[in-house]
Amino acid sequence: MGAGHGSGTAHRLYRPGRSPVHALPPHCKLLAVLSFVLVVVSTPRTAVWAFALYAALLAAVAATARIPAAVLLRRLLIEVPFVAFAVLMPFVATGDRVRVLGLSLSEPGLWGAWNVLAKGTLGVAASVVLAATTELRALLLGLQRLRLPPLLVQIASFMIRYGDVVADELRRMRVARASRGFRARGVRQWGVLARTAGTLFIRAYERGERVHLAMVSRGYAGAVPVIDEVTASRAQWGQAVALPLVALVVCAGGWAYAAG
Amino acid sequence: MHVPDGFIDAPVSLATGALAATAVATALRGARRELDDRAAPLAGLVAAFVFAVQMLNFPVAAGTSGHLLGGALAAILVGPYTAVLCISVVLLMQGVLFADGGLTALGVNITDMGVVTTLVAYGTFRVLLTLLPRRRPSVTAASFVAALVSVPAAACAFTLIYALGGTTDVPLGKVFTAMVGVHVLIGVGEAVITALTVGAVIAVRPDLVHGARGLVRPLELRTVVAGQAAPTPGPTPVPVRRSTRRVWAAGLLAALVCAGGVSYYASTSPDGLEKVAHDKGLDRKAEEHAAKGSPLADYQVADVSDARISGGLAGVIGVGATLAAGTGVLLVVRRRRAHPAPPAAEAPAEAPATGSV
Repeated sequence: MGAGHGSGTAHRLYRPGRSPVHALPPHCKLLAVLSFVLVVVSTPRTAVWAFALYAALLAAVAATARIPAAVLLRRLLIEVPFVAFAVLMPFVATGDRVRVLGLSLSEPGLWGAWNVLAKGTLGVAASVVLAATTELRALLLGLQRLRLPPLLVQIASFMIRYGDVVADELRRMRVARASRGFRARGVRQWGVLARTAGTLFIRAYERGERVHLAMVSRGYAGAVPVIDEVTASRAQWGQAVALPLVALVVCAGGWAYAAG
Repeated sequence: MHVPDGFIDAPVSLATGALAATAVATALRGARRELDDRAAPLAGLVAAFVFAVQMLNFPVAAGTSGHLLGGALAAILVGPYTAVLCISVVLLMQGVLFADGGLTALGVNITDMGVVTTLVAYGTFRVLLTLLPRRRPSVTAASFVAALVSVPAAACAFTLIYALGGTTDVPLGKVFTAMVGVHVLIGVGEAVITALTVGAVIAVRPDLVHGARGLVRPLELRTVVAGQAAPTPGPTPVPVRRSTRRVWAAGLLAALVCAGGVSYYASTSPDGLEKVAHDKGLDRKAEEHAAKGSPLADYQVADVSDARISGGLAGVIGVGATLAAGTGVLLVVRRRRAHPAPPAAEAPAEAPATGSV
């Protein structure tokens, strides 16, 4: 994870590119993704075709952004724990039972599992597309433009900036432990690992104090000036809103389908 | 425990989102009080620490391992406001960047893992610290209990949110049992690691531990007047050993009064859950408790007819038994600690642990 120096906020999640999706201002993209996910979540689960349309929409956006399908699918793996949970649902839910392959499954449970799987996967995919096409610093600026408190944005940017540094510190401690013959086998080694965590906290806190002093000596008085202010033109807003608008139409269709 | 999109329905997601926003706004104001203008870099670094420490895997047994959730740890180390802020930032970044936890479920996640965990942990910690003697081991013990309680509390909060806006009709009892059952186990691991970590930090930099602030005496300036050849030693500062006997007596009295008196006045009807289970016939299959025949079963003393007096008596006996067991453990620990230190001359070096600067 080479945390960027100098030109810096390049991250392994971001895939540089020049596509129209990359060029959109970050706050438009954030708002578009958030409203898209909201629309998806409020779609009735019985309208199965609606979710296929949503997936097609996202795939179109990903294709425009030139994100390889393999990358997208690999990053979807983060939701595996929920898949496991969703698989359990048909077994524990109440309601009418149906027999599938000799197993007695709950019908509402099956619908619930489908619901979580479809909506969860779409939500994860939307976030993955957002993170792959937006630089971290831009993402934070976008959050600030969306009226997230500046202090929160500052905290988040410090976390992103020093997250890799602190993680590297942890990695070095692991190497140091391993080179002295330490192997974490069970509960008996918890003491050593806890001392690692304690040391990590002290180092992180002291680094925070040093960073603060360094910033104060450069004139920091509680706010970081924004020098790369981004604004969105009407055309860019139009492009960004296209995704949730189409999704909204699909959602309305889904409700009409579920009602009648 | 990151909740994905579609797990909780839209209205409840929005409501928890508003709740989380309020909590974060309060935490922002509080953190500025806790850290003034150092808030941004320090909270950012602590958030990075929480993020990194969640990657530290602890082997449990036979190949399985767990990782720290860090809510209780952050609350004790940096204070509740900063902790809520740090955990919320971590969750926000996980949701936006790593797609870990849904965007619409962000409110649920922050309320559940950020706010409930931190507040329960810090509340428990504070209460315990006022009850226990003011020494360092108390801080470690209090952080153990705080972390132990905080994880199942988050599971309870999740069950509550699920009851309000769950999208599948899994019976609540099952959700509750599964969530709390699993998280009690996780909580034990979390508690051990949190207590050990807090102990490790206290050993090196006790001034950094927010929860132990009252324990560290501020440094005092001692000047030696140059004219005096040998500064008169004066009365040597004997480390004042605060008697814990009075604290003990007061605690015991309070516990007895609570257990006896409160149980005396408490209603003798079964509590809510027992009642619901009984009404719905859910407990028909429930097995008789193993200790049913014990003279204290169901907090009643056998052979005492008046239900209230019986309940009160059971409470008093229970406190006594707990106290005896606790004292026994304490004595064993103390004896074990005293035993492997044959060179008694070295013992005083450890003794003034209470007054160390």
